[in-house]
Amino acid sequence: MQEALRFQPVDAEPVDRSDIRVQARQLRRGPEAAARGLSLTIRGLRKAFGDNEVLRGIDLHIPAGQFVAIVGRSGCGKSTLLRLIAGLDAPTAGSIAFGEEPRAQDVRVMFQEPRLLPWARVLSNVEVGLGRERSSADAQARAERALVEVGLGDKRAQWPSVLSGGQKQRVALARALVSQPRVLAFDEPLGALDALTRISMQQLLERVWRDQGFTAILVTHDVAEAVALADRVLVIEDGRIAEDVTIDLPRPRRRGSAELAALEGEILKHLLEGSEDTL
Amino acid sequence: MSLIDSLPRVGAPKLPKVDGLIPWIVPLVIVLVWQVACVTGFVPSRVLPAPTDVALAGWKLLLSGELVRNIWVSFWRASIGFVIGGGIGFAFGLANGLSQLSAKLTDTTLQMVRNIPHLALIPLVILWFGIDESAKLFLVALGVFFPIYLNTLHGIRTVDPQLIEMGRIYGMTDGELFRRVIFPGALPSIFVGLRFALGIMWLTLIVAETIAASSGLGYMAMQAREFMLIDVVVLSILIYALLGKLADSASRALERLTLSWHPAFQKK
Repeated sequence: MQEALRFQPVDAEPVDRSDIRVQARQLRRGPEAAARGLSLTIRGLRKAFGDNEVLRGIDLHIPAGQFVAIVGRSGCGKSTLLRLIAGLDAPTAGSIAFGEEPRAQDVRVMFQEPRLLPWARVLSNVEVGLGRERSSADAQARAERALVEVGLGDKRAQWPSVLSGGQKQRVALARALVSQPRVLAFDEPLGALDALTRISMQQLLERVWRDQGFTAILVTHDVAEAVALADRVLVIEDGRIAEDVTIDLPRPRRRGSAELAALEGEILKHLLEGSEDTL
Repeated sequence: MSLIDSLPRVGAPKLPKVDGLIPWIVPLVIVLVWQVACVTGFVPSRVLPAPTDVALAGWKLLLSGELVRNIWVSFWRASIGFVIGGGIGFAFGLANGLSQLSAKLTDTTLQMVRNIPHLALIPLVILWFGIDESAKLFLVALGVFFPIYLNTLHGIRTVDPQLIEMGRIYGMTDGELFRRVIFPGALPSIFVGLRFALGIMWLTLIVAETIAASSGLGYMAMQAREFMLIDVVVLSILIYALLGKLADSASRALERLTLSWHPAFQKK
């Protein structure tokens, strides 16, 4: 029986792989969840701080529900791009349009620092993420669900100061998820974690993204992380998109596989070549 | 080795009770040494009366009702002056921490006034208010104002801007941002100001009562000096020490209550 199952795909008609993925995701989440992510269109985006032009014309379309990673050397403008998308800063020129007009709680950001309120218990910290819906009757239940989702259901009554770095970041993730955002922007959220915690956090990010179907934008300096998680990796150089790489590998991806390593090497080579010019 | 091993085992079950008494060992030893020095005649009683004599003087004053009345008067002055000065200082601290305009308008003036030692105003205050209650209240309020003002302002200015940004991103209104982020973030610093202010409160009151008053602990001490009642003078000084300790303990208890989130206040 098992044999038969395993061989079936070989006999089947060849299908476009990305199509299967979309269908599978819809099956897992049901139709309303599939519509959760928001698409994003950026045109001619520029941002300057005084004379220093950080972004010099970004054009980009991100389909709904895509997981996009943005990599680049420090100071290339990747974090600036993320802050503009999240609405934390205003662009100097150009436009960012979402597929639908987002409500405030539809776009959430997760930072490198957890930014938890040290004087609020873990559960109240997650409730902060509900925004204006904080006072609704089911606020606490929703916050508890989000905590369980990140595997910290038993820490709800703790102070943040007793949690480990990884746990704090998971609480920050729960806070970002609790309002069920349609776009989630990550600004190097795993940058300060140790290697093992990073890997389990990456798996957690991938899982919640697959479950909830938001559009994910991950800024990272770790190319291995980018190719392991993303559908698409954007390389930013001197305020422009220098490369747009589609990562068309099936999930869950096995860390250290040859295909991932090859992609990582290619992107790294590009980044390093760029840096030699400036040295 | 064997001695060290045996010590904690014997003492261990009693330890929690003993722990609270440890801070009182030093004062107790001082009182004992003092008593012995007086009884043996090493210290003449007109320089320093023995603790038992001081206690006796205290007992007499307690029976006559004079002690309670004077403590109460001083306590009342301290509290009212503290509430007025602390309240105004806190309000200015909040206003100047939250509003640039308010800070520009008043901070320079306040910093200039701060550099005048408030006790230097005593002659002026006596001319203004006489030796009325208001003179003492004014001085206490003035003394308490600055530590509260400065530390409230400092606390609000140093709240982590990343947390404020986080609060704004998550749609907190200004009121919520103050209640949930800014005020709790400023609280540790406000408590530092509170404890400084409590110290200044007693200092100011005692000086003011010593110079110009017709009741209160400072007045009691000055009267006793007139009549060479050195035991009452020493009693007053000891009561100041106890009241100061009491105020400090109260603020610590409040701190433990409101800063329980802070790693420094978490039970081990």
